Amino acid sequence: MSTAAVEAGDVSGTDYEAVIGLEVHVELATASKMFCGCSTDFGAPPNTRVCPVCLGQPGTLPVVNRAAVESAMRLGLALGCDISASQFHRKHYFYPDMPKNYQISQYDVPICAGGALEVPAGQDGNAPVRVGITRVHMEEDTGKSLHVGGTGRIHGADESLVDYNRAGIPLLEIVSEPDLATPEQARAYLAELRAVVLALGVSDAKLEEGSMRCDANISVNRPGQPPGTRCEIKNLNSLRSLGRALRYEIDRQIQLREAGQAVVQQTRHWDEAGGIDRLAATLPELPAAARQRLVAAGVPAEAAGVVVAAHATGVLDDALAAGAGPGEAAKWLANDVTGALGERGLELGEAPLTGAHLAELLAMVDEGVLSTKLARQVLEGVLDGQGSPREIAAAHGLEQISDTDELEAVVEQVIAENADAAAKVAEGNDKAIGALVGGVMKATGGQANPQVVNQLLRERLQQA
Amino acid sequence: MSELHGLSAVELLVAQDRGEASAAEIVQAHMARIAATDERIGALLQVLADAARSRADAIDRRRAAGEPVGSLAGVPLALKDILCTRGVTTTAGSKILKDYQPPYDATVVERLADADAVPVGKANLDEFAMGSSCENSAFWPTRNPWDLGRVPGGSSGGSAAAVAAGQAPLAIGTDTGGSIRQPAAMCGVVGVKPTYGRVSRYGLIAFASSLDQVGSFARNVTDAALLLEAIAGSDPRDATSVHAPAEGMRAELDDGVAGLTVGVVGEFLEGEGLAPSVRDACRRAVDRYAALGADVVDVSLPHAPYGLPAYYLINPSEASSNLARYDGVRYGLRVDAPTTEAMMAATRDAGFGAEAKRRIMIGTFALSAGYFEAYYAQAQRVRTLIARDFEAAFADCDVLVGPTAPTTAFPLGDKTADPLAMYYNDIYAVPASLAGTPAMSLPVGTDDDGLPIGLQLMGPLLGEATMLRAARALEADLGLEAAPSGVGPLEAEGRT
Repeated sequence: MSTAAVEAGDVSGTDYEAVIGLEVHVELATASKMFCGCSTDFGAPPNTRVCPVCLGQPGTLPVVNRAAVESAMRLGLALGCDISASQFHRKHYFYPDMPKNYQISQYDVPICAGGALEVPAGQDGNAPVRVGITRVHMEEDTGKSLHVGGTGRIHGADESLVDYNRAGIPLLEIVSEPDLATPEQARAYLAELRAVVLALGVSDAKLEEGSMRCDANISVNRPGQPPGTRCEIKNLNSLRSLGRALRYEIDRQIQLREAGQAVVQQTRHWDEAGGIDRLAATLPELPAAARQRLVAAGVPAEAAGVVVAAHATGVLDDALAAGAGPGEAAKWLANDVTGALGERGLELGEAPLTGAHLAELLAMVDEGVLSTKLARQVLEGVLDGQGSPREIAAAHGLEQISDTDELEAVVEQVIAENADAAAKVAEGNDKAIGALVGGVMKATGGQANPQVVNQLLRERLQQA
Repeated sequence: MSELHGLSAVELLVAQDRGEASAAEIVQAHMARIAATDERIGALLQVLADAARSRADAIDRRRAAGEPVGSLAGVPLALKDILCTRGVTTTAGSKILKDYQPPYDATVVERLADADAVPVGKANLDEFAMGSSCENSAFWPTRNPWDLGRVPGGSSGGSAAAVAAGQAPLAIGTDTGGSIRQPAAMCGVVGVKPTYGRVSRYGLIAFASSLDQVGSFARNVTDAALLLEAIAGSDPRDATSVHAPAEGMRAELDDGVAGLTVGVVGEFLEGEGLAPSVRDACRRAVDRYAALGADVVDVSLPHAPYGLPAYYLINPSEASSNLARYDGVRYGLRVDAPTTEAMMAATRDAGFGAEAKRRIMIGTFALSAGYFEAYYAQAQRVRTLIARDFEAAFADCDVLVGPTAPTTAFPLGDKTADPLAMYYNDIYAVPASLAGTPAMSLPVGTDDDGLPIGLQLMGPLLGEATMLRAARALEADLGLEAAPSGVGPLEAEGRT
């Protein structure tokens, strides 16, 4: 048993050891592409670093870039590989970002084979390890697809656009032997390989920007047993991702085996952001938080509870944003709106009432344009889809009469018709004023502003 | 003097030098000939009338000003429509490229422009050069000028028919497994496939990359050699082009065959499907070589009989790969569908004809994991054996001869229902294609129906000069050099 295997058991705290090999892609820092003279400039506007060759136009032919071949040879020499005459092959698959629907790559006769990389002891406490290099081969990169509109993903986007600036950029693929036993060793190997590449100056080797990319092959087995079924993990775009993904995959495979289940050979995609984290970010404000926030904003606790339970938080927020007072708005939502909706058998979301409507209604009450009673009538109209509160009030002539000149005549008439009551009020019996106010309201079809009427009656009777 | 459209390229150059004809007059004469004949022959998919006239005018102006002009100045020429011409529709005979306008010129097209040749049209072909009769063109079949009921051969049928009908003295064709030589034989013209790598393939729409080669058609050997000199030579854009001098194709033309050893390929002349008329014509040609002072010997290419099956694995394999790029994403036909994959499938289904689909399927199968070794790799081993056969034969011989095709031109529709019968046309042509060696077809007579018969001459790698010399000697001896042009039913069109 190798030192590395023992360490694997130690590190993962289980009875298993892991077998890890890495495939690393490095984008070469040549001035021109692998098979044509196009510039390799990064960040140019889409499809401006292209020519008939890298666009795969009919009739074009590849001519290999000497500098790319020399970069491959220099890396091979640095890794102690055998360098030999090599052969390109076409790797076929249909994909829109691949101009020829095949990638020119190397298959059975790579340019470099059989080297090794000495990985020093690292800060993680991993032991030094000698990692065999199976091969280094040359290939061309693909273009980049961009999915826009709709869901923005390949399935469900309105359009897919392709930028071929990257198509034909030279790549080296460095394949290691499965000599790595822990995530820490794998990280140390990748870091050392990156240092070699940077020292040679053949690439800027930025993992985050994709000029260095890493895929891992990994399996677990019990010590002394043959290696288990391996899985390939892609999309490891940082040292951190590499370590986390390997740790996760080792655990996953061990759990499967412990549960008596088979590890299925497959290619898995590491999602560093994490599917759960991403979903978590999409959760809405939950009821408890909503109640707490509303109360803090001045909404009475009870009303806040009703509003949240009625799923009316959004409407309330909109009403507050449109200037409604929190107490009044919540009270209306909790009582009048909820009640009127109940009569109609509607949920709030099904009714045409918006926060802006509610704010407008409350403003009209505030301005004295509507009495509370009229406001309820207007609300009914809004819920029936007749328009905004001001539109409804205007259409039905429901605005309150607050104009004193208009009301004074009615007040005089009511006093004349109710002389007893008027006399009582004049004598200081304040309760008697109710009958007079009621008379004015009746005479105006309920549109008189009761406060204005009250004031007019007192002025008229008590000055006498 | 003959009508201008009946003259050879060399004669047209001389006529201009002497001031007897201008490039404009030459182009006009050929335009008239095209107008008079092509409705019935269908050799050209596109006539480049305006471009040809303005190019001719420019050449005349330069000549008048005493400026130098190119080696093919003012000579009309038909271009097989599989060579890319910048901004000019290039279809490869396929619906999938029906309206495709390349953004660049093929190297051959550039070199022809440098030589001041005047392209007058883009010639019909079997789709993506897959075929031996021109009936696989997505547009229309070309007819043989010798008998309009018969095929011109293929895939460069349009190029061969255009030259035979006097529409142009020269044409560019491509030969993957006989696509220059077989139509040359059937149309009674000279067709030369040079050594693989002699002529740049940059801008030649790829069919089977390890076999494709650009070559020349003409009504005589000298013209064919002249055209070859104009287009040959290494090209930095084609890594498979050979670094060998392009000149010298005509260097030995008039040296005769005395002292040359001519090998007669037994596997070809004793072939089972060989028409007696073709066999007899080839034997008479061999007798003439002996009479002209050549040493005539029998040679064997023992693996040649395996050439056809090996070829029909290598060719579809490479074709399936080369045709993968036609997917509707970037250029050419697109048939819309809800997903990218469905769009690609619908485009390829609508855009490719039956023969292209057949080869894509055969090739994809032969290259797939688990079958590659048994098919493609095995065929490549056969190919190596055939190449060694040629090497051994050329240790003793300067040139090999045999029939170009097993029969003379066959009637339209005769073989369209039987792909294997169609493939059989290539049986004598594919060995040289597999070996990469130069080969050509020379008219050596006609059969009882008056249809042309071609003799195939094959040279060693880069041995075009000697091969052309042997062809020229026989051509001069047979006195056929002027005969095939525009004969047959077109005789009545006014050719003298």
